[in-house]
Amino acid sequence: MNITASQPLLEVRRVTLQYKTKDHLVTATYRVDFDVYRSDRFVILGPSGCGKSTLLKAVGGYLPPVEGSMRLNGVEIRKPGSDRVMVFQEFDQLLAWKTVKQNVMFALKASGKLNGREAEERAMHYIGKVNLTKFSDSYPHTLSGGMKQRVAIARGMAMEPAILLMDEPFAALDALTRQKMQEELLQLWEDTRFTVLFVTHSIPEAVLVGNRILLMSPHPGQVKAEMNSDGTDRTGPDGRKLSERIHHMLFADEIEHETVAHG
Amino acid sequence: MAENVVLSRPEFVREVVADAYGVVEKPLTRWEKLYHNGALRKAVLLALLAAAWQIYATALNNPLLFPKFSETFAAFYAGIVDGVLLTRAGFSIKVLLQGYVIGLALAALLTALAITSRIGNDLLETLTSMFNPLPAIALLPLALIWFGLGNASLVFVLVHSVLWAVALNTHSGFLSVSQTMRMVGRNYGLSGPRYVAQILMPAAFPSILTGMKIGWAFAWRTLIAAELVFGVSSGTGGLGWFIYENKNQLEIANVFAGLFSVIIIGLIVENLVFQTVEKRTVRRWGMQS
Repeated sequence: MNITASQPLLEVRRVTLQYKTKDHLVTATYRVDFDVYRSDRFVILGPSGCGKSTLLKAVGGYLPPVEGSMRLNGVEIRKPGSDRVMVFQEFDQLLAWKTVKQNVMFALKASGKLNGREAEERAMHYIGKVNLTKFSDSYPHTLSGGMKQRVAIARGMAMEPAILLMDEPFAALDALTRQKMQEELLQLWEDTRFTVLFVTHSIPEAVLVGNRILLMSPHPGQVKAEMNSDGTDRTGPDGRKLSERIHHMLFADEIEHETVAHG
Repeated sequence: MAENVVLSRPEFVREVVADAYGVVEKPLTRWEKLYHNGALRKAVLLALLAAAWQIYATALNNPLLFPKFSETFAAFYAGIVDGVLLTRAGFSIKVLLQGYVIGLALAALLTALAITSRIGNDLLETLTSMFNPLPAIALLPLALIWFGLGNASLVFVLVHSVLWAVALNTHSGFLSVSQTMRMVGRNYGLSGPRYVAQILMPAAFPSILTGMKIGWAFAWRTLIAAELVFGVSSGTGGLGWFIYENKNQLEIANVFAGLFSVIIIGLIVENLVFQTVEKRTVRRWGMQS
């Protein structure tokens, strides 16, 4: 059983992604490699246009790569599945016609994971974990933005997926709520040690939430660096904080681009 | 100096008093409450209109052209009591429901084709743009040739009046379901009919309901108009025929009573049936305020 522990849960190898808009074929990422291990809080960080969201959708199975491979537990990812649950940024990811409890139960039932009483118990367990027990019979439109995202997280976690995919889940929230949600997410992770692949464009969020940060450069998205984080924005051997180093890498990139453009 | 002003102001922290206000919540006055009651406001308007009708008809004093409200109401009451209006209305509603249900089923079929294939989509778009502007009643002469002087002709034009409005609205409702919602559905393994039933239909329900309301109104109008042109089969006609007959016999109060019944049935369906459905679905889900 040592093999499984040392083997990556998610292997992404030389993945190139392209999608079509009305009049362009856009290369979103170019030959991206990374490994996510069990119980990782793996953050993909980059400026807009680096293809990080597209990459997450590809892991979700919504977009087949034109080159390279993605394997979850050694099995090639071909289509969406309930072993990879997505939490989106948009509030309309909740089914407006179902209550909080029904939303979580819907996921369990639709995927055929659990039914009846078991589904209800599991749903209430995770709704309790995100502190929404009182609101379990409320419809989503009566909840605040932060509460809606907590429902989405509860729904994702109730599925107990191999990996939870979060696409800038806190980006649409106000700063105070976002900070609280980040803390709660870490608390949940302490409880259950789930594996999460988290996409963000915020350096502080990446440093706080992630234990491993993949830094991507834009147009098309390529891997620029991978760094470790312990959540405290520690000072590295070169005397600079982690967030400063990340900032420098993103910023240096921009200056390079500009000199190329002008020169 | 400005800097000094900034520095010279002391900081402070206050205790917030819980019951600082005298009134946090105060009941509305009786007038305000009455005025907030939509049904009451409308009832008052209706009473005013009836009064205006009565006054104008009394002044005109020509029951052949414009009977009084009281005469119309008496004719309506008599029609209800002896059952004529009820059987006529029942006849109309029976035909209407047949046409409506068949229309809905066909609309479901067409939109199902439209969301599963590109050709189906083109078919729906072409057909709706061709037939939606075509008044159903214009097809009646053709229907009479095809289906003869019977219910089948009425049902045919009714289907035509329901089908396109419902199909158009349902389809545009499906198209406007957000990408996120679609991805959520597929994430939990929904596909095919389950995906349509559990994601697309409820997410597009406001549009579907609008389509059904428009379809109902079209069907109701078309039916009465068709019955006015032709409405008698096996001895009984519907409300439209009732109006036509009484006009020929110069029973103008009965004509008004017939129109009155048409209006009342329309109101009942709109206010009781559709509004109840709306309250229990789209409003409760916050999809419509």
